[in-house]
Amino acid sequence: MVKTLGWLTALALVVGLLMAFVVAPREVTQGNVQRIMYVHVPLILASYVAFVVLAIASILYLVRRDPAADRLAHASGEVGVVFVGLGIATGSIWGKPTWGTWWTWDARLTSVAILFVMYLGYLLLRGTIDDPERAARYCAVLGIVAALDIPLVHFSVYWWRTLHQPPSLMKPGGFTGSASILWPLLVNLLGFVLLYAYFVARRVRLLRAEAEAVP
Amino acid sequence: MSYARRALAVVWKDLAVERRSKETLNALVFFSLLLLFVFQFTLGADRERLAAVLPGVLWLGFVLSALLALGRTFLVEREHDCWEGLLLAPGDKSAIYLGKLLGNLLLMLLVEALVLGLFVVFFDIDLSRALPGLVVVVLLGTLGLAAVGTLFAAMTANVRARELLFPVLLLPVQVPVLLATVKATEALLLGEPLGAVAHWVKLLVAADAVYVVVSLLTFDVVLEG
Repeated sequence: MVKTLGWLTALALVVGLLMAFVVAPREVTQGNVQRIMYVHVPLILASYVAFVVLAIASILYLVRRDPAADRLAHASGEVGVVFVGLGIATGSIWGKPTWGTWWTWDARLTSVAILFVMYLGYLLLRGTIDDPERAARYCAVLGIVAALDIPLVHFSVYWWRTLHQPPSLMKPGGFTGSASILWPLLVNLLGFVLLYAYFVARRVRLLRAEAEAVP
Repeated sequence: MSYARRALAVVWKDLAVERRSKETLNALVFFSLLLLFVFQFTLGADRERLAAVLPGVLWLGFVLSALLALGRTFLVEREHDCWEGLLLAPGDKSAIYLGKLLGNLLLMLLVEALVLGLFVVFFDIDLSRALPGLVVVVLLGTLGLAAVGTLFAAMTANVRARELLFPVLLLPVQVPVLLATVKATEALLLGEPLGAVAHWVKLLVAADAVYVVVSLLTFDVVLEG
């Protein structure tokens, strides 16, 4: 089951990569640099999936007290943080040649960065509690608080920035909606969501083995 | 005992302990006084520049003292081994949260009033017009900080490296409150009416409601065991 998922993931990612380089057109003003979008956008979107799963698993844990829900939240948190971190990194690499800067305090960049540090704190909390049952409870509470905080962060950062400057920078390529751009993006999105699912499945299995090994 | 009475019992207990020991308040007042020195030294004496960054600096002062004050919420229970006593309190555990929140709110508002007074004296700001609006923003902002702070303090009380973990968890979550309060304070100090920052006030109200409700619902889970 997990192995099949792994092969499907690999297939989707390879096809996605090929499409990003072959099918997708060369962007007129940015050139080939723009192709990083096919990695950057799916990474960020897959990390959103991870954090939604984390929030649902956290609520589920508090309701049912099922360690499996906690392991799902744990694994999702780890993969989500890695994905969002890579998303920020690829965004930076894209930003340097196109905007001329690695980083700018734009609304969307800022809220993604806050997301990153928030869930980094979540993993930090997990790491400092030895008792697995208590770690599960505390992290579930933090997971719920963090999820509810996301809309507040989004609005506050949006007002903070866009009252001064419109986020015109955020979409360098500009999404034209053309099929030759859309399909490579969608295939890559599928690939990265599958990759997330595959990592989580592997990590959950490992966490379960760890829990069973320690009496 | 009714729910409100139980919450007030916690407030009364903490106030009595604080009144007799004066552990937190004395150090906190001294700390905020020292912050003024730090701000003055790091920002320089240039009045123009100071005025531009004043709202941010004011809230930096509030947040730094809040981090110290809120982080200590459950320290009395931990140090004097009264954690079980707190857990043995009958009825809904969220009453304990409410009591601790009220106590923290009182403590922080006291310190903030003092810091604000010191700012007026040392940095020569004119509060006459901005004061009513500022009171609203400070009350709402402090409630948001204290609501999450009290919950997280309970979570980090029995954890390794709690002094470090507490701010690391609290600060990212409090970004909306910080942005809203600093931006609203900035506008108010420039002489704008409270109506001009209504969107920030609404955001603060929404944030406070979310934080308090979630904390009341989950505090039970944090305390058990």
